Amino acid sequence: MIITRQKPIDDILKCLDGIEKVFIVGCTQCATICKTGGEEEVKSMRQVLEGKGKKVTAAEVWDTPCNLLEVKKRFRDGKDAISGSGAVLVMSCGDGAHTVCAGTGMNVVPANDTLFLGQSERAGRFNEVCALCGDCTLFMTGGYCPNALCPKGLQNGPCGGAKDGKCEVNPEIDCGWLLIYNRLKDAGKLDNMKKIMPPKDHSRSIRPRRIIVDAVRKR
Amino acid sequence: MTLKEKISSRKFIITSEIGPPKGIDVKSNLEEALMLKDRVDAVNVTDSQSAVMRLGSLAVSRLLKEEGVEPIYQLTCRDRNRIALQSDALSAAALGIENVLVLTGDHPSRGDHPAAKPVFDLDSVQLINTLKGLETGKDMAGKELKGVPSFCIGAVVNPGADPLEPELIKFEKKVKAGASFFQTQGVYDVDAFAAFMDKVKSFDTCVIAGIILIKSPDMARFMNKNVAGIFIPDKLIEEIENAPDRQHKAVEIAARTIKDLKGLAHGVHIMSLGWNKLVPRILDKAGL
Ligand code: SF4
Ligand code: SF4
Repeated sequence: MIITRQKPIDDILKCLDGIEKVFIVGCTQCATICKTGGEEEVKSMRQVLEGKGKKVTAAEVWDTPCNLLEVKKRFRDGKDAISGSGAVLVMSCGDGAHTVCAGTGMNVVPANDTLFLGQSERAGRFNEVCALCGDCTLFMTGGYCPNALCPKGLQNGPCGGAKDGKCEVNPEIDCGWLLIYNRLKDAGKLDNMKKIMPPKDHSRSIRPRRIIVDAVRKR
Repeated sequence: MTLKEKISSRKFIITSEIGPPKGIDVKSNLEEALMLKDRVDAVNVTDSQSAVMRLGSLAVSRLLKEEGVEPIYQLTCRDRNRIALQSDALSAAALGIENVLVLTGDHPSRGDHPAAKPVFDLDSVQLINTLKGLETGKDMAGKELKGVPSFCIGAVVNPGADPLEPELIKFEKKVKAGASFFQTQGVYDVDAFAAFMDKVKSFDTCVIAGIILIKSPDMARFMNKNVAGIFIPDKLIEEIENAPDRQHKAVEIAARTIKDLKGLAHGVHIMSLGWNKLVPRILDKAGL
């Protein structure tokens, strides 16, 4: 899931400075779970904006703003309200904001900061566990990813700076490499850790990435 | 004799360390270096230590060499991708600098430019491998080099790491990758260090024990609390607390530790944290 956090309201208002009519778009999926773009948040954003004297042309939660076809359909259906607005305030991830812009050609203001690809540990608690490296080596590291769990992204073991099992960069988090070590040890697979891992091939993650899934296209 | 030759002839190695300034005034660096010149085998030059931006370790390494002091050029993975790391290693070789100490480096968020992009394109094991590759006349892309460098590659190890096993696994990888000497985190507990040496004796590599001068009881307590692998016994902290002259005490403790480490470690690396003028006195007292 894509984890988002709402920007400070003052920052959002600054982006909407001079804009009278605002169309608000939320998202039924990730942003709903993150409480950054579900029904409730969209509604309260409407109230805030109206409180600041803006006219909210509509406040809708789309399923989903990151889907270009869906955005185009919504745009066709609600063209007047959207086009008649000075901006679309998108309460989803950056993908949603981008796609709404692409599908409507409107002035888009992102209400959220997009943070990471996250595991939902329990309600309201999200963890970054995959850094989207494009070359998954989790099978070597006991299912814990050093690219995501070690701030230095080390491939060959701990930096030596962990104190009481906590990372030297952020004492609030466990040292990713000690997690990996413990897991491999318990599984009797420490040999994995003894192997020298080659440098990452960063040519596999050159941005922007794009793939065409033939299986879907042929359907 | 070069450091490399001394290591292979199993001489007891003595190294120290200087930190380049923030700026370009190297006067005090050079003064320190001259103070150390005839007393130590080589001097580490730190690479923007603690992720605090400073004058480059390569430039200061070269300046030391011009003063007749053998430098150990510290090269961290923090700020450079594999192109810059290889290029800087070649630059070192072209400037006549053979000793390269490879480190992961601190995360930029801990330094004075916390907004900097952390690089860590290679890790320390991969960087050692890479330097070894350059020595065979090829870069990481397999391209031929015109003029082939030769290095004396060092690395670091933390004997006080807890748990120790993952540290030992990485240590072994560094040995396999081609590190020919190791400098350690500061040692205060010689018995614990002896136990560590026992565990690594089969690797048959040169382990140079770190000595960090304790300037004050507060510093000792701070390090115990915040620095991984450092354990300064209460008894030692008390000793400093009660000392009338702290510099004198720091010298005494360092000299005593060094004496105890002789026969255990293959050398000592003195990190004086700005008190390099005390190093000759420490060595005198330690009988070196
Ligand atoms: S190795 Fe880590 S960052 Fe790469 S794909 Fe796997 S989990 Fe994600
Ligand atoms: S303490 Fe562990 S997680 Fe943190 S940077 Fe070092 S190896 Fe990575």
